[in-house]
Amino acid sequence: MIDPSTNLAIAESFLQPMGPVAADQLRHLKIVTLLTLIAVVPVMVSMPWILWRYRRSKPTGEYRPNWESNRILECLMWGVPIAVVALIGVNLAIMTFRLDPYKEMGKDPLQVQAIGLDWKWIFIYPKEGVALVDELVVPEGRAVELTLTTDTVMQSLQISAIVGQIYAMPAMTTKLNFLAVKQGEAKGMNSQFTGKEFWKQKFQVYSVSKEEYAARMKKAQSSDLALTADTYAILAMQGTSEEAKKPLAIENRQGPIEMVLGDPKIFQRVLARYMVDDMTPESQPGSPSYDPKKSPLPMVSYKPMMGMEM
Amino acid sequence: MLDAIFGRLTWDSIILVQAVENPNINTIITASAAAMMPVGGVMIVALLTWMKWWKPLFEWLTSVDHKKIGTMYIIFAVIMLFRGVVEGMLMRANQAVGLDGGFLSSNHFNQLFTTHGTNMIFFVAMPFLFGLINIVVPLQIGARDVAFPRLNQISLGLTAAGGFLFMISLMVGEFSTGGWTGYPSFTGRLVNPGVGPDYYILAIAISGIGSTLTGVNFSVTIYKLRTAGMSFMRMPLFTWTALCTSILLIFAMPPLTACCAMLGLDRFLGFHFFTNDMGGNLMNFINLFWMFGHPEVYILVLPAFGVMSEIASTYSGKRLYGYTSIVAATMCIAVLSFTVWLHHFFTMGQSATVNAAFGVATLLIAIPTGVKIYDWLATLWGGRIRFTAPMIYLCGFFVLFTIGGLSGVVLASPTLDYQLHNSQFLVAHFHNVIIPGVLFGILAGIHIWFPKIYGFRLVEGLSRITAFLWAIGFILAFMPLYQTGLMGMTRRTVAYEDPALVPWMVVSGIGSLILGLAFLFILLTILVSVLNRKKLMVPFGDPWDGRSLEWATPAPTPEWNFAVLPKVECRDAFADAKAKGTAYQPIGKYDDIEMPANTYYGFIIMVMASGLGFGLVWHMWWLAIASLLGAIATAITYAFMPQKQYIIPAAEVREIDEAWRRAAREGTGVTRDDECKEANKGLAIPATITNP
Repeated sequence: MIDPSTNLAIAESFLQPMGPVAADQLRHLKIVTLLTLIAVVPVMVSMPWILWRYRRSKPTGEYRPNWESNRILECLMWGVPIAVVALIGVNLAIMTFRLDPYKEMGKDPLQVQAIGLDWKWIFIYPKEGVALVDELVVPEGRAVELTLTTDTVMQSLQISAIVGQIYAMPAMTTKLNFLAVKQGEAKGMNSQFTGKEFWKQKFQVYSVSKEEYAARMKKAQSSDLALTADTYAILAMQGTSEEAKKPLAIENRQGPIEMVLGDPKIFQRVLARYMVDDMTPESQPGSPSYDPKKSPLPMVSYKPMMGMEM
Repeated sequence: MLDAIFGRLTWDSIILVQAVENPNINTIITASAAAMMPVGGVMIVALLTWMKWWKPLFEWLTSVDHKKIGTMYIIFAVIMLFRGVVEGMLMRANQAVGLDGGFLSSNHFNQLFTTHGTNMIFFVAMPFLFGLINIVVPLQIGARDVAFPRLNQISLGLTAAGGFLFMISLMVGEFSTGGWTGYPSFTGRLVNPGVGPDYYILAIAISGIGSTLTGVNFSVTIYKLRTAGMSFMRMPLFTWTALCTSILLIFAMPPLTACCAMLGLDRFLGFHFFTNDMGGNLMNFINLFWMFGHPEVYILVLPAFGVMSEIASTYSGKRLYGYTSIVAATMCIAVLSFTVWLHHFFTMGQSATVNAAFGVATLLIAIPTGVKIYDWLATLWGGRIRFTAPMIYLCGFFVLFTIGGLSGVVLASPTLDYQLHNSQFLVAHFHNVIIPGVLFGILAGIHIWFPKIYGFRLVEGLSRITAFLWAIGFILAFMPLYQTGLMGMTRRTVAYEDPALVPWMVVSGIGSLILGLAFLFILLTILVSVLNRKKLMVPFGDPWDGRSLEWATPAPTPEWNFAVLPKVECRDAFADAKAKGTAYQPIGKYDDIEMPANTYYGFIIMVMASGLGFGLVWHMWWLAIASLLGAIATAITYAFMPQKQYIIPAAEVREIDEAWRRAAREGTGVTRDDECKEANKGLAIPATITNP
């Protein structure tokens, strides 16, 4: 399905799939459409014919004003949709299980955590000790497991060309498993409306070779910026990642924000804040009166609830 | 002191003041919209005074006649449709030039899609359908009014109060930016402390209570007030769909009221139903909202299906094919509509098992819907099809709604929803079912039943042009969105970065202009028809060679509907009577008719509900408390006052009714050749006799 030789500029959607999930989705779209056409085409074909045949001005068919039932026709009318729906239904169920975003796409997937903020994403690589803002770099051919939450309102992280989307919600985690099988650049975004600069909440996804991936991680590891509770609180202010550069005092730096993971528990602490604190307008990111100085993350070590393991 | 009186309402909350202080394109657009209301209001007051229409106006506002209440619903809906169409055009225009930022500010655009959605669902589609149901159902079942005429007035009053709050937000303050679905925590107290979400909650909660009461009223009406012999399986299809819609209203509206009330408690009193912290869970709101929201789709579309059934048989001059099948399919849809709400949030992280179950349940709805479409096609088979405006709507519906069904099947698949959820594909899909489904049904319904209530037909030529304009405008405006959705464009986006989307957005913008034109043509059709009403009169009351009981009355239908309640012996009772030659035969005995008298009940409740809503939004507690107490006191007072009746003496009824029957027996009538000509005075020579 996926031809690794084609060279894409930026893959905007699953019409240019970069991974098996998106490729399956595209194929499923075609199958469902074709199957549904079995029920749709008879309407499209017979309507003009019936209208022509029985037009009042010059009818060619017999007038049967009291005709109201026909057993065979009735069986067809119920039977065809039932058969089509049965076919699609089986297909739908199989695909739903096969492409469950919670299902790992390979052994030992690369763990990445994503925190949605207004209007940017922080991607945390716990093992590598790296955090990137609005940039997701993954090695080609290796399964990735993205664990998501947000620290504001509900968002939905979508990487169309590779996998699709899943909601991210405060105080909760969701998962998105995927695999990119060719190198290239894909568009990622938040698809759930979140306010003023929602439309700018896009990020770049790079599927790169193993070597390039290692190099990218190494570069980030040498960053002079660290993701700690303090810098996190600044990132949590409303604005795009470009707009966050000024308060972080890196406004002259080109390219996406790269950070060392100063606090490896930052993801858990973001989740935990909704369990232990009564949020105020000052401490809630996304609120108009949010104040990074008054928004401490709790120090508790967060024990995940059942089914929410990190 | 001022705080106690005005709450958080300040001078700067008034939109016109904002436009003067800070003029830019956004404030000017909102201010001109806001200015239309006081200007329009003054003009209306002047007109009423000039024409000495105040008394008739209050006769209407206090009327409990189902035909007048239905008319008021429809007038309300047309006014709101104007706003909705303009909002849609603004958004489409903005997106046509929206590469890297259109001319609207983000906040303005976000309010536009929120008001557009809220308006079109709650204040256009629902009132339109309630209007049609009000006008048609009592006539179709052979009743003189609904079961609870005063309650009917209260429903209208509550809908109008919701509409008042919705409209006043245009002048004072702002509306929510959270979309018509209003998901917290975006609409919660911390993230959105302003008045917008409060307007949203109160507008839809108040009108929602009115809709629940409408559901109660019409299910009781259809269960209890059917005339002698009108068994369930003899009811016209529109009445069947009205019954299903009423049942859906009773079960679907309470979750909406509940989730609005809970969000209100979160916002006003600091509860934690849907907050991020303290154990609140926004997923519960989404769940409750769609428990209402999905059946709502069928609340809207079922009556439109009812209209389509009437068109298929009436305008092809034959019986409905597969009556039993269609009734069964309608009931199937009504039941299934409560089993699929989760498909609105397949991407929320639940297990594949849950998603698969709800995905398959969603597919199941396609079966009865498909059956209905086949049945209508089969109805046309063997008929004598007349291509008048309703038939054009029906044909447009066949083609376009089927495409909408196809995209619905696509979206029913959780796998594909992971890609297409929140995309423009979804926007295209629901406009594709709501415009060709619901709106075409409504417009066709108005065309059909207009002469019944007002005594004259709508001009045919303009009606046909209107129908074509809606269809063409729809295709241009929304088909491109399927493509942009597949290309990865999200909904609710004020701007976009991908230049490949521009041509599609421009086509869509052109389509929205045509839709605007289509709206103007509705008004033009009505205007031209009113001016030519003498030529279009149909006093005998049966302009389309109708089949059900409503056509067995003069047009305009007298306030008592039926001089003597008819007896029914089969389906299509009036068509049967015409075929047998028993229509318009003299009736021996007339009785005095008791009709419910006018009352101010609904009007008072409307004022109180508006006051309650406005007081709560602006934290004017005195106003809220006074209005609430006032409403309760009104309800208690009226509960102790029996409904006043007035008597129409038998002699008066006899005189009018006999004259009509005699004239109809002596009249010659017209064949369907002259259906759209001046000769059509509403007396039909039945198609069964004259058709080749």
